[in-house]
Amino acid sequence: MIDEELVQLLTPEGERVDSTEYESSLSGDEIFGFYRDMAIVRRICSEATSLQRQGQLALWAPVQGQEAAQIGAGRALAPTDFTFPTYREHGIAWCRGVPPEDMLRIFRAVSNGGWDPQKYRHSTPTVVLGNQTLNAVGYAMGVQRDGAEEAVMTFFGDGASSQGDVLESFVWASSFNTPIVFFLQNNQWAISEPSSLQTKIPLYHRAHGFGFPGIRVDGNDVLAVYEVTKRALENARVGGGPTLVEAYTYRMGAHTTSDDPTRYRIDAEVEVWKHRDPIERVKALLVHEYKVKATAFDEVAAEADVVALKLRDDVLAMDRPDPLSMFEHAYAASHPLVEEGRREMIELGIGGSSH
Amino acid sequence: MSERTFLLPDVGEGLVEAEIVAWKVRVGDVVVLNQPLVDIETAKATVELPSPYAGTVVALHGNVGDVMEVGKPLIVFEVGGDIGPAESAVGAEGSGPVAEGVGRTAVLVGYGVADEEAVATRRHRRTAGDSSAPTPVGAPAVATPGLAPRSTPPVRLYAKQHGVDLATLAGTGRAGLITRDDVERALSSSPVPGARPSAPITGPTSTSRFVGRELESWATGPKEERIAVKGVLRSMSDAMVQSAFTSPHAAVWVRVDVTRTVELLASLKQHANLSGVRLSPLTIAALAFCDAARHFPGINSSFDNATNEVVVRRTVNLGIAADTPRGLIVPNIKDADQLDLVAMASALDVVVDKARNGTTTPNEMIGTTLTITNVGPFGVDAAMPIIPPGTGAILAMGQIAKAPWVVNDQVVVRYVMELAMSFDHRQIDGALASAVLAHVGRFFQDPAPALIAG
Repeated sequence: MIDEELVQLLTPEGERVDSTEYESSLSGDEIFGFYRDMAIVRRICSEATSLQRQGQLALWAPVQGQEAAQIGAGRALAPTDFTFPTYREHGIAWCRGVPPEDMLRIFRAVSNGGWDPQKYRHSTPTVVLGNQTLNAVGYAMGVQRDGAEEAVMTFFGDGASSQGDVLESFVWASSFNTPIVFFLQNNQWAISEPSSLQTKIPLYHRAHGFGFPGIRVDGNDVLAVYEVTKRALENARVGGGPTLVEAYTYRMGAHTTSDDPTRYRIDAEVEVWKHRDPIERVKALLVHEYKVKATAFDEVAAEADVVALKLRDDVLAMDRPDPLSMFEHAYAASHPLVEEGRREMIELGIGGSSH
Repeated sequence: MSERTFLLPDVGEGLVEAEIVAWKVRVGDVVVLNQPLVDIETAKATVELPSPYAGTVVALHGNVGDVMEVGKPLIVFEVGGDIGPAESAVGAEGSGPVAEGVGRTAVLVGYGVADEEAVATRRHRRTAGDSSAPTPVGAPAVATPGLAPRSTPPVRLYAKQHGVDLATLAGTGRAGLITRDDVERALSSSPVPGARPSAPITGPTSTSRFVGRELESWATGPKEERIAVKGVLRSMSDAMVQSAFTSPHAAVWVRVDVTRTVELLASLKQHANLSGVRLSPLTIAALAFCDAARHFPGINSSFDNATNEVVVRRTVNLGIAADTPRGLIVPNIKDADQLDLVAMASALDVVVDKARNGTTTPNEMIGTTLTITNVGPFGVDAAMPIIPPGTGAILAMGQIAKAPWVVNDQVVVRYVMELAMSFDHRQIDGALASAVLAHVGRFFQDPAPALIAG
């Protein structure tokens, strides 16, 4: 539909595609599990958007439209793998077991991170564009030196693909043949900049120039994303080196809640992508091939509502942290500049009641 | 049952106000959690606010079109059942736990306490006359207990180096901020011997519009100000540069006796069938320009460098240059050549209103073939406009004013207007441009036959 080299196992209509390279290894139960993941993540996203509109979050980065890319990639990970996300990887966080309320802490500005990266083997969100790819390659070099059979996966978008950090991380990953998968979600828009302006060639072709394979997968096809990512991760774990996976997808909503996409993109484009919705095509497959009943989908929707309501309660119950607590996580040990900042804030009478 | 107030949240990272676009609920309505309540437009986006409560709407604050301050009450609900501690944090007026001695508001994320002065300063922009307005020069410095006088680190250093105590100064910056100028003024307050001082010339304090923003006045603004080129300003500058340096511009102009147009418009406005239709010289210009294109399709053409072809179009998408709060934008009326007087008038209404409200969509700015810019309302006679890229010509209308005019060798007072047209001289020559402009001019000179007989 988009590119002859695009790996696709499920059409937008929910029909299977025969691929010479990849075939789906998933059972009906597993596919239904992916459907449930995607539906709940979408529901978490809509609740978070509402909470932002109600003044309860400073910001939210919607993931709507990219659920298949994230659930496919997230479910392909082994528990021992390590991941480095951006601020939009709510589906990956879900797959790693991060509680939904922890995903929202940074957006409510009550935490600089939200969770313990070691506990979930999922780093806290990097807001600086592309920086996490360097961290990930560094981590992957550590994995090599430990001789561990683990893969590292890092996430970024079409916009960050223009960042120097990302390109440098490609060089290091290639030079050291590190066990890493670069998972690029090309959602077509870097805020208001179309990806056609960011690159004159398909983004996955860039990997060839750095000396490792690149592959483009239909990012709205959870079956294909799962298989492609799983193979890339396995390849990384056994010393095969890096892979760039370009998940070709679409950001259905705004860049963040501060953005108004109707100012820069035309409705007709959004309409085209609505027909490629990642959840609807899996639902069609489940109905036609596995005869899943409507009640099963209703149960998932009800479960998603419960998750959303609990999320709301948890967020509303979050206390405002002592402003001084921000100094506690800058360095592992005491640091004179940080201590000076803390002293000045105490002198100004900001926070400090409990410290 | 108890009342809960939903305060207007900051939906876009540091906004101070929002305009009510449409209410979706009425007093007495029973709403569920997350039900859409109201559309608001901020400087960043038009968004829908979902209800934070399930309950009954008791009061709506503000009408459509009102600009509301962030943090002020928007909707009051009556909610039933137990209100947990979490919910009471949401905009409960004066109830619930009051943290750190400041009023809790719904805007509780990421910006510190709401009444912190520093926050008010950063956010202050358009709300005149409120408590954060500049302190008048010479007013006594108000010391805020426990806080150092408000200034910036470089100015603090400068003051310290020159032995000026900031606590003795009244800031003239925004919201009383002590600026470098204030420190310099304090340093130079001892008169220089021999020099004859000039009375201070401060200039007006009123703001003006520039590149889609409120420009600070001569008196209160900084000596030099830099404005990022982006958004509408970026679109305008890109289009103008592209056009000016790819398309060789030439222009023709003509003065026209438009007395009959003025009279015709006055009489049409009285007509019962036309009540509510906004008719103006722009309506006539739009009809005249389309009619000229029908007679001389060559004007409705563009030069395609990529294919080395000239493209002639037999449909007019008529661009209207609109002066909006966001800056200059040029939406177009699709298939304008198919519109009669009333249809044209209402189409103009729609595109101009949308442009002013900021709701013009990208679709409505694509595919322009000819453009009109009306500089008359600005009180000037003529302009030589830049042709929008990808189009053949742009017509400028000047102001209509009474002027001496020769009729039958007699000087008489007539309504006169100047018309000017820039055209792309790569494919359009002076003869064609002159014929087109003369056609438009004749239309204005005697509009009735042209309107009726075509």
